[in-house]
Amino acid sequence: MNAVTLNWFDIGPLTAIPRRGARTVRTPRREIAVFRTADDQVFALENRCPHKGGPLSEGIVHGAKVTCPLHNWVIDLESGGATGEDHGCSRTFPVKIVDGHVFVEMTRAIAA
Amino acid sequence: MPVPDTQKSRRKLVVVGNGMAAGRMLEELFALQPDAWDVTIFGAEPRVNYNRIMLSPVLAGEKTYEDIVIHDDAWYAAHCVALRKGEAIVSLDCKAHSVTTSGGEVVSYDKLVIATGSQPFVIPAPGVNLPGVVTYRDLDDVKLMLAAAAKGGRAVVIGGGLLGLEAAAGLQVQGFEVAVVHLMPTLMERQLDESAGYLLQKAIEASGIEIITKANTQAILGVDKVEGVKLADGRILPADIVVMAVGIRPNVAIAKAAGLKVNRGIVVDDAMGSSDPDIIAVGECVEHRGQCYGLVAPLYEMAKIAAARLAGNDEALYTGSVTSTKLKVTGIDLFSAGDFSEGKDEIVLRDPAHGVYKRLVLDGDRILGAVLYGQTDDGAWYFDLLKKGADISSMRQTLIFGQAYQGGSPLDPTAAVAALPDDTEICGCNGVSKGAITASIKAHALTSLDDVRSRTKASSSCGQCTGKVEQILALTLGGAYAAATRKPMCKCTDLTHEEVRGFIISKSLKSMPAIWQELAWKTSCGCASCRPALNYYLVCAWPSDYADDSQSRFINERVHANIQKDGTFSVVPRMWGGLTTPDELRAIANVADRYKIPTVKVTGGQRIDLLGVKKEDLPKVWADLNAAGMVSGAAYAKGLRTVKTCVGSEWCRFGTQDSTGLGVKLEKTLWGSWTPAKVKLGVSGCPRNCAEATVKDIGVICVESGYDIHIAGAAGLHVRATDLLGHVETEDEVIEHVAAITQLYREEAAYLQRIWKWVETVGLEYVRASIMNDAANRKALAARFEASQKVYRKDPWAQRVSGREHYEFAPVATVAWIGVEEGATV
Repeated sequence: MNAVTLNWFDIGPLTAIPRRGARTVRTPRREIAVFRTADDQVFALENRCPHKGGPLSEGIVHGAKVTCPLHNWVIDLESGGATGEDHGCSRTFPVKIVDGHVFVEMTRAIAA
Repeated sequence: MPVPDTQKSRRKLVVVGNGMAAGRMLEELFALQPDAWDVTIFGAEPRVNYNRIMLSPVLAGEKTYEDIVIHDDAWYAAHCVALRKGEAIVSLDCKAHSVTTSGGEVVSYDKLVIATGSQPFVIPAPGVNLPGVVTYRDLDDVKLMLAAAAKGGRAVVIGGGLLGLEAAAGLQVQGFEVAVVHLMPTLMERQLDESAGYLLQKAIEASGIEIITKANTQAILGVDKVEGVKLADGRILPADIVVMAVGIRPNVAIAKAAGLKVNRGIVVDDAMGSSDPDIIAVGECVEHRGQCYGLVAPLYEMAKIAAARLAGNDEALYTGSVTSTKLKVTGIDLFSAGDFSEGKDEIVLRDPAHGVYKRLVLDGDRILGAVLYGQTDDGAWYFDLLKKGADISSMRQTLIFGQAYQGGSPLDPTAAVAALPDDTEICGCNGVSKGAITASIKAHALTSLDDVRSRTKASSSCGQCTGKVEQILALTLGGAYAAATRKPMCKCTDLTHEEVRGFIISKSLKSMPAIWQELAWKTSCGCASCRPALNYYLVCAWPSDYADDSQSRFINERVHANIQKDGTFSVVPRMWGGLTTPDELRAIANVADRYKIPTVKVTGGQRIDLLGVKKEDLPKVWADLNAAGMVSGAAYAKGLRTVKTCVGSEWCRFGTQDSTGLGVKLEKTLWGSWTPAKVKLGVSGCPRNCAEATVKDIGVICVESGYDIHIAGAAGLHVRATDLLGHVETEDEVIEHVAAITQLYREEAAYLQRIWKWVETVGLEYVRASIMNDAANRKALAARFEASQKVYRKDPWAQRVSGREHYEFAPVATVAWIGVEEGATV
């Protein structure tokens, strides 16, 4: 069977994530950083900078971008891609907000 | 009542709710099918359909109820609509195709339209049922408020959204003293961004209404009527009337009880159909594609589709609405529409002198959203471009100036300034014309921006015209003008760090949105480079007023530890002056064992560094170190790091003074302070200088006759020996001088500028004159430092252990295993 089942996982209320900040979700294979912007958009990325694996969740969130705390790469939260002169991409995961709770789609998160 | 023959063949349409959506739907329906339906409409309010969004003008006394009636009794009669005023529907039976009224009557239908609207959300706080607590939804609410107004007094409005602010303005017109309590940091945060919210708050406050943001209502106080509102921070606001305007909630009770699909609202498809084929729903009670609406335009769009569907048009589809907002408060001009999320491409125009802020959010060549404050004439034009998805690429350069500016060819900025007539006002704050600036440059041989500022005052107030003044300089002087000496803070502004700091003080700017607006930031919300700098400048300028924004701080300062390459942290407890005790060492050893800390190292600043601490262990590590009497060593801070000492006269045969003891005192004075960049001190007991004080930011060398104070050393990427600032005789003098130097540096240096760089910029003589030669100034600086330290001389670890921002340290969720793991790889 090839049907792809969607695995939306309730990671908690939106208010658990600070505005212009992030929280992490731990999964067996990888850590996911869930970001909340000043205007309550939410994005989920693998918590690894494409540069040297820095924890993006610890970076400063500005607009819909985050600056990696290790070497200041700026990652676009929507695409996961590095901006400017840098090249590389962090894995992104679908997110949605239902009744004030943040759901992350985990199918790609559990894949190798 | 005799029934005309034609009506016998008519189908029976029952409408539940007689609000604006229902009324508009009937209008649309009668236009399509004047005679097809036998309509009965139930309205819970004892009156005809009126324009609910005009309640604010009624409250403000600008209109009467009669003015806002949409359908009078004659209209219902003319269309043979049976209006049942004041009769609510209490239940619905989908199978039997009937509804039951509050009076127990059962009315059957062929088609049912649910238009029950919404009800005000009432916060779950004690006291909300006290007399004097009113909602703001219908004419009865307005009547209650008007009746209360006769007695006057104080009104508190809970909710700083559209409705709350309109209520507040109306109540003020009625003679109340009004305060608005709002949970979020900025007003109308759903329709406005921070900058527009800042301007709105400023305008409303200027009109005499008190605004309290970040205010969580804990209880409504009073015995047999409302007497006040208690906030979570303990503040009590006296109140004779409390208006609840925190939001609305769709009225779904009868739909839900009847088994229709309901989420937040009654779920409808693009045909406005509910989960029952004979029931349509429109208005604020519905949820369409996950969206509930509380504005009138979407309701009208829904009404149109619902009517078309009833009339048999199966093609009519409602695909959702793009909404726009205006606030109906006299003297306040704001407009917002569409999506204005941060981080997208944007064009921002600010005019601080006139309180104007305009922001367009773009996706490629299309407008996604618009926020306008102070000048909203072009709102409709932008909204039209937005809804049409028009390609704006050809007018992108001038788009933000509005419709009137379209058509001409865009000029490059210098050519644009060159083309201006001499009487054009360049500096709006000080009323300086282009001609005056040009004449002054020529007459006084001015060569720099600063010259122009001091001579003409142009660009010296808000700085917004800085770019234009520079262009005038370039035009007037030609090749002789070199603009390169000024370095703007970041791409968000033309102003330098120094200028921004000056304006923060001179214009009393106490928040980031205030700085962005009043200094005409070119972006809507700053960038990763200016936000930490502005946060520091605000912390420094307004220690007791400004609430530190931790999200504008680098991770190390946010979690009071140093991030390492693998994402773990290092922790350094403070050891005052480099002194420690066996008990402290035991506590450190225990912590290292307990939390399996892999590396323990002695630092260059005479401290012990615990490396490789997992983030979630940080609060526990701190709690254990706190319990042993240790506080954060601030090894992460743009602030005081360490005071390195030698053993001094207590033990050393060469020691001239108690350098260790003085180091401890200095560290106890300076710890916790925030500075532009890190600050390291050294105190050596004799000129042999074992504490290496002459490569520190501030160094003290003890000599027989007292203490030599040195500044501006460096021993990093750049190596620099200190300069001798001066000599003092007592420890107390050393402490006062060092505090004063630190404060001068805090107040004047650019963010991230170390002391040596700052001294090289301003000159050693300037610092010497300010500190050594001007006792009054030195004492004032030391006093300002102490005032700030009253706020910041606190252990951040203890604050975090006690729970502040505790969420920072744990994952929000842990997914141990997902049931479909096997299937996912097929």
